[in-house]
Amino acid sequence: MAGVIVDVEIDCRGMFCPMPIVQLKKATKDMKPGQVLRLMATDPGSVRDIPAWAGKTGNKVLEYSDDSGVFTFLIEVS
Amino acid sequence: MSEKKKKIAIIVHSGTLDKLYPVFMLSSTGSAMDADVHLFFTFWGLDALKKGGLESAKLPGVMSLGTGMMKDRIKKVNVPSLTELLKMCRSTGNVKIYACSTTMAIMDVKKEDLIPEVDDIVGAATFLDIAMDADVQLFI
Repeated sequence: MAGVIVDVEIDCRGMFCPMPIVQLKKATKDMKPGQVLRLMATDPGSVRDIPAWAGKTGNKVLEYSDDSGVFTFLIEVS
Repeated sequence: MSEKKKKIAIIVHSGTLDKLYPVFMLSSTGSAMDADVHLFFTFWGLDALKKGGLESAKLPGVMSLGTGMMKDRIKKVNVPSLTELLKMCRSTGNVKIYACSTTMAIMDVKKEDLIPEVDDIVGAATFLDIAMDADVQLFI
């Protein structure tokens, strides 16, 4: 997504459930509303897990992409 | 958040590796999803709360022979150990751990035999009081 400034980036490649979610929670704790986080993961479970996490915690997935098995999410913290 | 905080209540009845993993994976994930998680350890589950219990948890029955191999695989794919998962659960502050008082009496387990992460020693009424208005109730 052009024009989105990424404030925090976390690399969860090579991690499996529950680690990407745990790391995501940890990172967003210190972020301010409106800031954007980029998360990269390779666990296929994260494709549905991360939107589920966002839905329950009130955060927003702005963008999702799959680059041959590397899943990238842009998440806006609310 | 507009939604009311969700509550998860789990009876941890089994003390084997294959059952303790789902307990701690669901708990760490649940707490990361802003839910309050309550774990009630009873019968064989109580073994997991004894000092050194998580480290010595094995696969059930005859499969226990394969515990080392399973732990190697767990390590190889970067999945945390049970002890590390417990630490993650505790760092969020919304995972509570209870030991069943009756099991402690039956198995002659004293408070000082348990890991310091145990929040309280309670009975069935305390668990039911929590579970009755929980959003997720599990028996593992």
